[in-house]
Amino acid sequence: QTELLDLSTVDVILISNYHCMMALPYITEYTGFTGTVYATEPTVQIGRLLMEELVNSIERVPKAQSASMWKNKEVQRLLPAPLKDAVEVSMWRKCYTMPEVNAALSKIQLVGYSQKIELFGAVQVTPLSSGYALGSSNWIIQSHYEKVSYVSGSSLLTTHPQPMDQASLKNSDVLILTGLTQIPTANPDGMVGEFCSNLAMTVRNGGNVLVPCYPSGVIYDLLECLYQYIDSAGLSNVPFYFISPVANSSLEFSQIFAEWLCHNKQTKVYLPEPPFPHAELIQTNKLKHYPSIHGDFSNDFKQPCVVFTGHPSLRFGDVVHFMELWGKSSLNTVIFTEPDFSYLDALAPYQPLAMKCVYCPIDTRLNFIQVSKLLKEVQPLHVVCPEQYTQPPPTQSHRTDLMVDCQPPAMSYRRAEVLTLPYKRRYEKIEIMPDLADSLVPLEIKPGISLATVSAVLHTKDNKHVLQLPPKPPQPPASKKRKRVSDDVPECKSLKPLLSGSIPMDQFVQTLEKHGFSDVKVEDTAKGHIVLLQEAETLIQLEEDSTHIICDNDEPLRVKLRDLVLKFLQKF
Amino acid sequence: GAGQDVGRSCILVSIAGKNVMLDCGMHMGYNDDRRFPDFSYITQNGRLTDFLDCVIISHFHLDHCGALPYFSEMVGYDGPIYMTHPTKAICPILLEDYRKITVDKKGETNFFTSQMIKDCMKKVVAVHLHQTVQVDEELEIKAYYAGHVLGAAMFQIKVGCESVVYTGDYNMTPDRHLGAAWIDKCRPDLLISESTYATTIRDSKRCRERDFLKKVHETVERGGKVLIPVFALGRAQELCILLETFWERMNLKAPIYFSTGLTEKANHYYKLFITWTNQKIRKTFVQRNMFEFKHIKAFDRAFADNPGPMVVFATPGMLHAGQSLQIFRKWAGNEKNMVIMPGYCVQGTVGHKILSGQRKLEMEGRQILEVKMQVEYMSFSAHADAKGIMQLIRQAEPRNVLLVHGEAKKMEFLKQKIEQEFHVSCYMPANGETTTILTNPCIPVDISLGLLKRETAIGPLPDAKKPKLMHGTLLMKDNSFRLVSPEQALKELGLAEHQLRFTCRVHIQDPRKEHETVLRVYNHLKGILKDYSVQHLPDGSITVESILIQATAHSEDQGTKVLLVSWTYQDEELGSYLTSLLKKGLPQSTP
Repeated sequence: QTELLDLSTVDVILISNYHCMMALPYITEYTGFTGTVYATEPTVQIGRLLMEELVNSIERVPKAQSASMWKNKEVQRLLPAPLKDAVEVSMWRKCYTMPEVNAALSKIQLVGYSQKIELFGAVQVTPLSSGYALGSSNWIIQSHYEKVSYVSGSSLLTTHPQPMDQASLKNSDVLILTGLTQIPTANPDGMVGEFCSNLAMTVRNGGNVLVPCYPSGVIYDLLECLYQYIDSAGLSNVPFYFISPVANSSLEFSQIFAEWLCHNKQTKVYLPEPPFPHAELIQTNKLKHYPSIHGDFSNDFKQPCVVFTGHPSLRFGDVVHFMELWGKSSLNTVIFTEPDFSYLDALAPYQPLAMKCVYCPIDTRLNFIQVSKLLKEVQPLHVVCPEQYTQPPPTQSHRTDLMVDCQPPAMSYRRAEVLTLPYKRRYEKIEIMPDLADSLVPLEIKPGISLATVSAVLHTKDNKHVLQLPPKPPQPPASKKRKRVSDDVPECKSLKPLLSGSIPMDQFVQTLEKHGFSDVKVEDTAKGHIVLLQEAETLIQLEEDSTHIICDNDEPLRVKLRDLVLKFLQKF
Repeated sequence: GAGQDVGRSCILVSIAGKNVMLDCGMHMGYNDDRRFPDFSYITQNGRLTDFLDCVIISHFHLDHCGALPYFSEMVGYDGPIYMTHPTKAICPILLEDYRKITVDKKGETNFFTSQMIKDCMKKVVAVHLHQTVQVDEELEIKAYYAGHVLGAAMFQIKVGCESVVYTGDYNMTPDRHLGAAWIDKCRPDLLISESTYATTIRDSKRCRERDFLKKVHETVERGGKVLIPVFALGRAQELCILLETFWERMNLKAPIYFSTGLTEKANHYYKLFITWTNQKIRKTFVQRNMFEFKHIKAFDRAFADNPGPMVVFATPGMLHAGQSLQIFRKWAGNEKNMVIMPGYCVQGTVGHKILSGQRKLEMEGRQILEVKMQVEYMSFSAHADAKGIMQLIRQAEPRNVLLVHGEAKKMEFLKQKIEQEFHVSCYMPANGETTTILTNPCIPVDISLGLLKRETAIGPLPDAKKPKLMHGTLLMKDNSFRLVSPEQALKELGLAEHQLRFTCRVHIQDPRKEHETVLRVYNHLKGILKDYSVQHLPDGSITVESILIQATAHSEDQGTKVLLVSWTYQDEELGSYLTSLLKKGLPQSTP
């Protein structure tokens, strides 16, 4: 949905994790976007694998014809659900191609955790580990005085990625919270246990297990669990197949991002050993990986077995073949682990099915209990989150614990809504050059508070402000003595400081007398005094907060009086 | 350490009240106290932990980290030690190796133990490239890629707006397994650069490689043995890749060996830290990992006496101890054999002696070893050459340069060149010498957004060259500095403004009616003060900006009009100018 926003005016895109970049080619290749995209290296590499798998699976089944008549609103209205409820079908696009993916990815700037990136000198953005996936990040967007944290897809559980960096989120003015768990009621650890036991049971009964999954992410953890589990469960002889055009790359890449892994895995690399045990599974031939079901796989294929393959929506990819192959036998089991798709919807076209279906969604992202714990920990001034998180899920409206609960209440946003964040900028940093600082004369006004008036040249470049000593006024060339009147016009308004203070009467008169005014006469008025200098025909009105000098056009005299008055006042 | 010298790199930097120790190396040329830096320079009697804010290790070479366990465990330091992940992984292995050679082989006591190495490594904090590490509130460090060896980094140390960049060892040209060093234009106050090859400008890498392969090939062809002393990690891998591809292409059969059990492990590190290698290797690693060698096998001590040609990589690289020295002694007598020194050798080592032409070496126990084998030197060390150092300076734009890790004479030459080309001061202190560099720190203050917006709203002046003057009040309270508008300063301090106003009587000879005089004055001012807003108000007064001018007839003389010009102190200049202008009288009106 792009009409809300002209994407060519977007300067920067920050990518949180590899699941959040699947639409990137649409933006970089079609919208006139010319800004910069920032992401971590694992995000880009694994994101590339996900896109590659997607493109590959879709291009493998070319469609000679595509029906578009149904997209007509009149026709669509008559179609059965869910087609009739689909929104904006005219906006649906064809999948991008590999050259587009490569072009999009080439526009990404790689960044590391805790790297401070200056944007236009105005703000600084920093990715932080979010603990959800390899290279997944939360982002801090801050200027000198404001700090906005964007928390998306974070996990407090200990899985393979580096733990979430919570400390750096502290003192945020605004914390934008999104990408919470899809399944707030499921406990990932319990689900893993269920996954293993169901898998073991099926295989022991001579059935096959199908695990529709993404080629990266939770699969690493599942393989690790199985690595520990298979020997004790007596499954050592059961082959595990991982089928994806990017299976090999995904397994290889996982081993080289040591710096992005949790501490345990990092220590392994120091030994040096591969951080993930699937290296050993591959070495011992327990885990085999193939780019597709064609070729080598058909020769090696032995049943019963366990197959990991995509796509988790069951709409495309090699998983479709296995559903059709195994769907008719009740010995087999399909185990859903990816939380992004409803398993009922996914299975709908395959019904009726004899195969067992087990739903063990493993979503390590924050649940609501963890959210409250996190918010208590980092104490943001304001929380902003999607509307869905501020109320219990529609299917379980009594579960008031399934919503974001914080003080002050979270501000919510909806699709296509613009939200103004509740803070006001007051200050900005400016630098004073050392020579200017040397020239300042601070004056202590109150105990502990000093001030100095500053007149300086302001240089602004790339949103950085610097104050410099004003240049010395150039000496007028001596040869040009005859000048036109207009040459004397003061060039630009040079601001004079504001004055403050009051003038003590007696001292002022004394000072006047000291400076040669002998005929000073003072008259009291309602608000103050009038000082008369009779000979000079000059009148000075002194009041609490004002002084008025009325004189003839005698510039030297006026200047002299002026300077005397100024002696009693403070400049600001 | 490393002042006009190569070895035991150790530099103490004091910046804005923070003390940072850069590297903690050993010297390969000495076996006595001089092998380690003299830490009493840092503090005579206090604890090092109290004095140092952090220690940074640039890479895993022993001349940069060899004294670390001694420093942290025997002298005593408990603060943080920063290094990159690969350095943290590989460093303890090299230290252990070093310890073994010194203690087990040479029988030295009073040396650090394996446990000390482990304890020392526990104090290490690993850093990512480009990650900004906040050591404390003020001190931050950032690592940049340095090439040189796996995990080598340059470090930027920053406090407020003062900063120092320490290069460690770096390489500005990518080689077969690593990329080139890179740094952004960070304009540090000081760049501390290594200068191993201060005077050398190396010919192209390709030539050197061809030369190397030719020599190895010729020797093997005539049945000789080739010894290549290397350090386990770094050059070794590059040359292995080179020989591996050559062997494959030429279909050669002569065995290539790699000494010590470290090899396999070392290659493993390269596989796991492949993100630190160069672009090409990273791109292809899924299909073919460059660090899985087919032709290169592990070496066994017995192989040295085997007949026939062979190529052996043996550690350490400067022939000062260990297996490379043993093999060297066995093979030195045969002129068919060849030793190729691929890297720099520190003074005092056997490597340095044979390179400087010595052919009769006095070994332990007064034995004389005559060297008949061919000695070849080939600079494969991944240090920046003179061109590279200049290139780095151009990249970083430092205000001062300080040279370390090089020989005094060569440094002198480079120093002159740097000063000539970049017009920055260049220093080359000897060990124990302190260089003080004055910085010009600017002072950051907070400016109220209101004031800033007011200033920038005026927009660019018609004449861009003319400086824009801004005016504000700097409030200093406790330790905060805030620049606000004068009005706001008054308000915040609870003070009232004091208005200073001037009214001047200006007498003008003009027989006409008052309003005509006013009109004439108005036209006159309007004609002169083109840049100002001059207005004629309905009540008969004139305003120039906020200055008010009123005219009345003189009470005694109808031919004289009195102009009352009234302005506040803020308009002082204009007011003063106006009175003097009006005093000159009005121009003769042209009919």
